[in-house]
Amino acid sequence: IMMNIDQRPCESQRGGFSFENSRRNAMLEENLSKLGYSAPKARKTGTTIAGIMYKDGVILGADTRATDDMVVADKNCMKIHYIAPNIYCCGAGVAADAEITTQMMASNVELHSLSTGRPPMVVTVTRQLKQLLFRYQGHIGSSLIVGGVDATGTHLYSIYPHGSTDKLPYLTMGSGAAAAMSVFEDRYKPNMELKEAKTLVRDAIAAGIFCDLGSGSNVDLCVITKAGVEYLRGYDQPAQKGRKQGEYKYKPGTTAVLTKTVTPLSLDLVEEAVHLMDTK
Amino acid sequence: MAASVAVAGAQHLSSVSDLVPDWARQEVSTGTTIMAVEFDGGVVIGADSRTTTGAYIANRVTDKLTPIHDRIFCCRSGSAADTQAIADAVTYQLGFHSIELDEPPLVRTAANLFKEMCYRYREELMAGIIVAGWDKRRGGQVYTVPMGGMLVRQPVSVGGSGSSYVYGFVDSNYRSGMSKEECLRFVAEALTLAMERDGSSGGVARLAVITEEGLERRVILGNELPKFFSA
Repeated sequence: IMMNIDQRPCESQRGGFSFENSRRNAMLEENLSKLGYSAPKARKTGTTIAGIMYKDGVILGADTRATDDMVVADKNCMKIHYIAPNIYCCGAGVAADAEITTQMMASNVELHSLSTGRPPMVVTVTRQLKQLLFRYQGHIGSSLIVGGVDATGTHLYSIYPHGSTDKLPYLTMGSGAAAAMSVFEDRYKPNMELKEAKTLVRDAIAAGIFCDLGSGSNVDLCVITKAGVEYLRGYDQPAQKGRKQGEYKYKPGTTAVLTKTVTPLSLDLVEEAVHLMDTK
Repeated sequence: MAASVAVAGAQHLSSVSDLVPDWARQEVSTGTTIMAVEFDGGVVIGADSRTTTGAYIANRVTDKLTPIHDRIFCCRSGSAADTQAIADAVTYQLGFHSIELDEPPLVRTAANLFKEMCYRYREELMAGIIVAGWDKRRGGQVYTVPMGGMLVRQPVSVGGSGSSYVYGFVDSNYRSGMSKEECLRFVAEALTLAMERDGSSGGVARLAVITEEGLERRVILGNELPKFFSA
């Protein structure tokens, strides 16, 4: 029988997860690197996410780059996730963790809302998320910003992978958090108008896109008010691909041709199929 | 310390990527200076407002004075996630107990609930907590539950990383029988000195007074803190 070292028969059984295998994995990873191999790395969203409370509600913002170590895996991913009609959540950290956690929360929140007969509250989502993440002791690597408008008012929370939460009027998370926070600390004012607030969030995310390697591509915004939600996908595209300044091709004839030999290959065309790539 | 070994282990597990800065990989800690003083009729509690992830300040206006019941508060230091989770659990347990009893709970009960949890899970947790409040049986009380899960009542108690810098000040300046105002000044001065010297403490100073009548909260902003000699 496989006996877990944490649960020797002489010691009283304790509840909760056993993270024995995590320790084993860490040791394996160390040994692998000595041999020259490396364990596959989880795709992180790199990321700059931000949220502010303004006059009529909250505005959540995020960049759209997903990275696999130093390679951009997705140029236009969606980091602002739906939780409830009046509650959305930005996710940073390990892409899969953020995605699955928020999807699970959306289901739970809908069931809870049906059970209580009341529209969901932001604080409910936050509490369920923090208790889930704490249970997994930080092994679920998702940092989240939850924002929404409910019956008790407008709320904005940040949740760290280990399960701690902060309730503040403006928040940033992800690798680009410092860049975005510098914009907020400079220009945030309570009760801003919609236009000013949208510009501020856009600027904060842009700071992350330009000054953080893990963030890039477009700015997504999500404006939540008592009236409803406005999801602005691709609100701004500050990092357009540059246009070449001139023609860099050499004209045919620049290099003199000395000899030319043509050898036709005898190939039979067996099958021809054209697949168009979706480059939208 | 066993708890810090567990924390160091956890950091190795997240993939080491150049894209993620060092501070983004560290657990959120409340760094902290917390303090509580008994006086005749109640307690004065205080804390700084800084929460850090490594060298980055995640929240510069944190409220580390958490209500557990109407007249019972706890001051949190150590891991933000651990202390929030413990405080939520104890708040639930104490609320349930109080309803069963049909009476306001004792501060000693709250302190014991903290101790039970902090001692049972001492290897997994990193939490230093000061429980303070007022009840009818024993008046104002301060109980300290440091890392490891000890429980002891003290007339004055300091905790957190910043406490090391003010033990001298506290020991030499505390007198029994201080009034509420004297206690408030004492706590404000101690917090200021600690925040000046400890990198993990700072922001604003949050104070609270708990008496039979109720609760009074104060915030002292950075520029309003008492002034001491600075080179």
